[in-house]
Amino acid sequence: MELKTSISPTIETQQLEVNLGPQHPSTHGVFRMIATLDGERIVKLKPVMGYLHRNHEQIGERATYIASFPFTDRLDYFCAMSNNFGLALAIEKLGGIQASERGEYLRVIMAELTRLVNHTAVIGFLLNDMGAFGTPLLYAFREREKILDLFEAASGSRMMCNYVRPGGVREDVPEGWLERAREIVNAFPRFLDEFEALLTENEIVQQRCQHVGVLSKELAMNASITGPMLRASGVNYDIRKVDGYSIYPRFTFKIPLGTVGDVYDRYYVRILEMRESVNILQQALKEIPDSSASPAISPKGLALVKAPRTFRPPRGEAYGRIEAPKGELGFYLVSDGSSQPYRYHVRAPSFINLTVLEDMCLGYKVADVIIILGSIDIVMGEVDR
Amino acid sequence: MAVIGSGVLRGMGVTFKTFLETYPWGRLILRTLRIPVTNGLFTIPYPETKQQHPERFRYFPFLVYDGTPDNLRCVACKICEQECPPQCIHIVMEKDEQGRPVKAHGRTLPKQFDIDMSICMSCRICVDVCPFDAIEMDNEYELSASDRYEHMIFDKHKLLKSADYFQKIKPTEAATVDARLAAKKPKA
Ligand code: SF4
Ligand code: SF4
Repeated sequence: MELKTSISPTIETQQLEVNLGPQHPSTHGVFRMIATLDGERIVKLKPVMGYLHRNHEQIGERATYIASFPFTDRLDYFCAMSNNFGLALAIEKLGGIQASERGEYLRVIMAELTRLVNHTAVIGFLLNDMGAFGTPLLYAFREREKILDLFEAASGSRMMCNYVRPGGVREDVPEGWLERAREIVNAFPRFLDEFEALLTENEIVQQRCQHVGVLSKELAMNASITGPMLRASGVNYDIRKVDGYSIYPRFTFKIPLGTVGDVYDRYYVRILEMRESVNILQQALKEIPDSSASPAISPKGLALVKAPRTFRPPRGEAYGRIEAPKGELGFYLVSDGSSQPYRYHVRAPSFINLTVLEDMCLGYKVADVIIILGSIDIVMGEVDR
Repeated sequence: MAVIGSGVLRGMGVTFKTFLETYPWGRLILRTLRIPVTNGLFTIPYPETKQQHPERFRYFPFLVYDGTPDNLRCVACKICEQECPPQCIHIVMEKDEQGRPVKAHGRTLPKQFDIDMSICMSCRICVDVCPFDAIEMDNEYELSASDRYEHMIFDKHKLLKSADYFQKIKPTEAATVDARLAAKKPKA
C-alpha cells in the first residue's frame, strides 16, 4: 500500500468496499466480487461463487453413465460438444471401448468447431466489457451462429447438443453436412482477418489491455492454470500435444504462445488458436473416412447408447481429459462394478483459472478488473457445477 | 511505427463495410469496387415468419401411433421412464381387475403416460433407449403456458401423434425407423 503514503497525511482516507455482482452483465453470470478499494485501486478482492450450484457431480452418481451426457452440456454451455467429448473419453477408458474411425474424426471436428464458437464469443464479450458495446460482439455472434446451425443440423440442438458418445457420435451427420462445414471453415479465416482489422491494431484496445492483469509464468504454473490463459503467459502446454488423445497426433498444428501474460496476450493467443483450429479442421475434413468405410459409432458404443443400464464397467477408476476451449477439462470416474459411477468428479477449467483472479487484479483499477475477469473466460455453469 | 489512430480508423473501415453490406445498394457499391461481399445473417421477424429448422431439430417427445390412436406402439415397458435423466416421465400400465396386463393389438399398453414439459430437457435419450421406436422427438416449440400443473404436464392424449405426422416432420428418420420395424415384423 505505497499509495497511502502518496496521499497527504492531513487528509483522512478510508478504504471502500464495493460489491460487483452477483447480478451484473460484466460478471458473466451470477458471480460476485467483493473489492476493497483504496481510491480507485484494488487492495483486496474476494470472489464469491456458488450461486449456480446444481449438484452436477451428485446427479452423475445417481444416473447411469450415459444419462450424465445431457447434464455435461449444461456445464459450460458454450462448449457442449467438447464437454461431451471429455466424458466420452473417460467412459471409454473405464469400459475399454474403442471408437470408430469416422466417429473419432467427427468428434474432433465438433470439438474444434466448438473452440471457434467459444473463442469468438469470449473475445466479443471481452470487448463488450471494455465498453465497445455491441459491434464486436455481434460480429462474433454472426459467425458463431453459422457454426451453431451446423451443430443443430447434426445433433438437433444449437447449444445443448448431447451428441458425442463413447465410441463415436450418437448418429452420423446428415447428408451434405460435411460440404457445408467445409464451406464455413474455409470462409472463417476471412472473418478472422476482418476481426483482427477491427481489434488487434486498435489503439484503444491496446491501451486498455496491454500490461494489464499480468500473470507470471511461475504463478500460472503453480496455480495449475490451463488453456489459453496458461499459454498467454508463455508456457507451452496443450493437452492435445502432451496427451495426444483421440486422433490429434495425426494433425499438424502449432501451439501459439504469448510473451507477457497480460489481457492483450490472452486475446491474441485466442485469435491465433482459432487459426490453428481452422487448420486442424481443414485437415480433418479432408481426411475423414466415408460413412460406408466406417460407421459413426462403434458397435460397443451403439449398444451402450441403446441400453445404458447394461453397461457395467469393471471396478476401477479412469480419468479422461481434453483440451477444452477454456483449459483442461477432466472427468474422473470411479466404478464399483454397477451401472452407475461410484464417484464422478469434474475438473472444471473455469473454476481453477478463476483462482488467480485476485493476484492478477491487485493494484489495478476497478475498470481493469472487469476486463481481467473477461479475459479469464469463465462460464458460471462450469465454475459452480 | 504506424500513425497513432490508424488502427482505430481501420477498424472503422470494417464497421463501414459491414454497414454497406446490410443494404442492397451498399452491396452494389462494394461489388463495383470489387470488394468481396459476405452474406450476413438476416433477422427473422418472428412470429410472422418462422425459421426453417433442420430435420433433426428436437424439442419435446411425442408418442407414435399407427392408424388409429388406440394402436400406439408403446408397450409400457418403462425403459424410458427409468433412463430419462431428469426423471420426468411417469407411466402406469393398463391392467384389468386381477392385475393382469390388458392387451390391445397384441401388445400391452400404458394407461397413463405423462411427461412433465417443464422438467424435460430435450435430451432425446428416451428416443435412443426405446426398443419399440414408440417415442420420437417433435419439433413443435411453441409450448408456453400460464399454468404449471395443468398445461405443462402432457398426458397420453396430448402426447399422441400419428406416424404420418412423424413422416411429415422427419422424413429421413421416419424412413429408417420404418425399415427397422419392417425388418422386425416377420419374426413376430
Ligand atoms: S415409449 Fe418405448 S421405452 Fe417408453 S414405455 Fe413405451 S415402449 Fe417402453
Ligand atoms: S427428452 Fe430427455 S428429458 Fe425429455 S422426456 Fe425424453 S429422456 Fe426425459
